[in-house]
Amino acid sequence: MGEMMREYRLERRAAVAELLKDRGEMLIVTGLGSPSYDVFAAGDHDANFYLWGAMGGAALTGLGLAVAHPERPVAVFTGDGELLMGLGGLATIAVRAPRNLSIVVLDNGHYGETGGQLSHSGAGVDLAAVAKAAGFPEVMDVSTHEGLIEARSAVATPGSGPRLIVVRIAHEHTPRALPSRDGAWIKSRFRAHLGFVPQ
Amino acid sequence: MEIARSTEAVGEDAGSPWAPIIFEALKDADVKQVTYVPDAGHTRLIGMCSDAPEMDAMVLTTEEEGIAVAAGAWLGGQRSAMLMQSSGVGNCVNMLSLLASCRMPFLTIVTMRGEYQEFNPWQVPMGQATQQALELMNVIVTRIDRLEDLDSLVRSAAAMAFDGDQAVAVLLSQRLLGAKKWVK
Repeated sequence: MGEMMREYRLERRAAVAELLKDRGEMLIVTGLGSPSYDVFAAGDHDANFYLWGAMGGAALTGLGLAVAHPERPVAVFTGDGELLMGLGGLATIAVRAPRNLSIVVLDNGHYGETGGQLSHSGAGVDLAAVAKAAGFPEVMDVSTHEGLIEARSAVATPGSGPRLIVVRIAHEHTPRALPSRDGAWIKSRFRAHLGFVPQ
Repeated sequence: MEIARSTEAVGEDAGSPWAPIIFEALKDADVKQVTYVPDAGHTRLIGMCSDAPEMDAMVLTTEEEGIAVAAGAWLGGQRSAMLMQSSGVGNCVNMLSLLASCRMPFLTIVTMRGEYQEFNPWQVPMGQATQQALELMNVIVTRIDRLEDLDSLVRSAAAMAFDGDQAVAVLLSQRLLGAKKWVK
């Protein structure tokens, strides 16, 4: 196992845009840093909840949301470092097993936001295998455009999750695209999208 | 197994008189998602929530997960509460920033260790720092020492959390719960 065997080559913005093409009823939570920028760059949406902190919490936020709305596809877009900080959460998600939840890990093998240090994933920890071992019924490891198209159809379909999709992206500089940092506003906007109007 | 969280008191806890009082308050507050890290003091309440068809009880590997789950539940229009032990409060500190940054409600029921008649010195540092750790992150803390206060204070905490958009912790004191008995 090692970095040489991995193909970190997909361009992150194009990969996320592909996954979000025709997103339909999808509800989205993004992990702090670049995944928030990537999802925002693909098109801001009332059904996007962007985290700017709370590292390790994205997948679990997706769990609470998926349990509340079992009829809608819920997708978490996060990075390898963010997921690693809450790795036990994969066990929690696997045990509760919401069928409509997908965790998309934008994995470049590095901590891109903090100076580009090699992440555990880059050093050989296989996140897809961890999810599989935890009991995720569906795990995908995507490093090609064809794989992205297959992943897109899976994410849009609630019913066979929870699934974890590792998307191998290139470790390269991407211009920032910054969504709102006003968490209270983003929250209220998200809830209003679901019909919960602030009182 | 970590001794501090072992369930040596399972039989004893079947009598926990606080459990049905809290359960009814959570039910009346329309709490749908109940997260927990296994804890001897909460044994009966965890069982009641797990058996309740209107509730979704989820076991966590660590307490900070429950804060993120509560945030996700609220985004989706549901109410969530977490059951934990005082030692778990220390695991929550950074994740509590999620609630503050987004002004989201949160309710947790915390069984206290490390105080009244505590025999295990390892429980004392976090037990003694529990209230301050919560308050450091602007969580409103209600401490309950007497069973007769429980019903009104838990209902009040739920109202402040879900109607008042606040993060609220209810501490069940070790005196209320009864000091842990060390039985083989």
